[in-house]
Amino acid sequence: MSYSWNWGVFLSPTPSGSGTYLGWLLQGLEWTLLLSLGAWVIAFVLGSLLGVLRTVPNRWLAGLAAGYVEAFRNVPLLVQLFSWYFVLPELLPRGLGDAIKQSDPLIQQFIAALLCLGCFTAARVCEQVRAGLQSLPRGQKNAALAIGLTLPQAYRYVLLPLAMRIVLPPLTSEFLNVFKNSAVASTIGLIELSRQGQQLVDYTAQPYEAFIAVTLLYVLINVCVMFGMRWVERRARLPGHREGQ
Amino acid sequence: MSMIEIEQVSKWYGQFAVLTDCTTHVNKGEVVVVCGPSGSGKSTLIRCVNGLEPIQQGTILVNGMTLTDPKTNLSKLRSHVGMVFQNFELFPHLSVFDNLTIGQIKVLGRSKDEAAARGLKMLERVGLKAQAEKYPGALSGGQQQRVAIARALAMDPICMLFDEPTSALDPEMVTEVLDVMVELATEGMTMMCVTHEMGFARKVADRVIFMDHGRIVEDAAKDDFFGTPRSERAQLFLSKILHH
Repeated sequence: MSYSWNWGVFLSPTPSGSGTYLGWLLQGLEWTLLLSLGAWVIAFVLGSLLGVLRTVPNRWLAGLAAGYVEAFRNVPLLVQLFSWYFVLPELLPRGLGDAIKQSDPLIQQFIAALLCLGCFTAARVCEQVRAGLQSLPRGQKNAALAIGLTLPQAYRYVLLPLAMRIVLPPLTSEFLNVFKNSAVASTIGLIELSRQGQQLVDYTAQPYEAFIAVTLLYVLINVCVMFGMRWVERRARLPGHREGQ
Repeated sequence: MSMIEIEQVSKWYGQFAVLTDCTTHVNKGEVVVVCGPSGSGKSTLIRCVNGLEPIQQGTILVNGMTLTDPKTNLSKLRSHVGMVFQNFELFPHLSVFDNLTIGQIKVLGRSKDEAAARGLKMLERVGLKAQAEKYPGALSGGQQQRVAIARALAMDPICMLFDEPTSALDPEMVTEVLDVMVELATEGMTMMCVTHEMGFARKVADRVIFMDHGRIVEDAAKDDFFGTPRSERAQLFLSKILHH
């Protein structure tokens, strides 16, 4: 195989003349971070809320949350993304749909990908929060109610703080997944990190350098997330309980 | 005047009857001990008294308020009824101090200073003021249960429910918890206690209720109960737990 490695490619100027190929990658990284962090906020908030609803003693609310999970967990992510991007504007009232279609394409792509990733991941967060809540000893809820806390207060001050500590490790995995899943946004044209990598290959014909760089950037993100979450785990450990208990 | 009135209460889990036609009461200032073999429904009955378990038939009144009435504010009612559990159920993510103040602040609307003063006073009363900053995981079982009692007392309850408060404790820690309970009883607190501690019953109970298979079999003044229980079942139970 004759392949001429050229690591200097990242510093060479782009065809437009403004900036370097490295700048392209960093721009892509920026979109990936913006998209993934935004989607994680949606997923965490919505997922926690749904996880709580799945455990409340109300059949309608619990059923609603269960339906959400089944819908968003069983449809492929790519199909969901196309639905948000291509189908949703058609289903909205004509005026609103047209307004969306006439807006900046970049905004359209970003919002569709943000909602898609956020709602998809929320279903998974929901199931983990539910598992955490259901793993708590029943007496904790009784004790919270017995001192006069209302059910929402019991969740807010006792049950959720305990459940969240239990499900921190699996939540870390979900957080990591969001970054990796964000690459699907490239299919609707959002130039995030993986798409920038592809573009780099198209322009420079240096696929190995481009994809190695992209991979390393994803790994870098995930290492940061992992250490961040470990720090959170250490901070949140129940006092008086040993690690692993 | 009755603090707790239980009238013809029945409860089922599906087809299984856990409580059948239970009727009794606890007067103001009275100490009533509920005993019976395991599975007899005594813990279920006491959990029904503050609405932690729903009942299918009958009525329960606490301080004149009907628990089964949908208009009753259950949270408010529970805030006046202290409850102590078999497994302590302190909140493990909160310090002892926060365990004692969270209800006062969030439920009773007391200021932080007020809640702190009241919490520390109750903690001192159960002899654990020095442990205020510790977390429940760092305390012994007996200490945890005393904190749980202090947590209930900090809410200024009108009566106290104890659900087998010493069953999960090592033998040498039972006394420290019972001492606190005896002190409470002699001060005139209205108490309903599910317990097997017959020594405690002998010392401070006014009445003893004996349950079996979800029914109240015996409901007698203490001396009558320990003298000559009327039912054979209660005699058998007493002979078993008193002779060992």
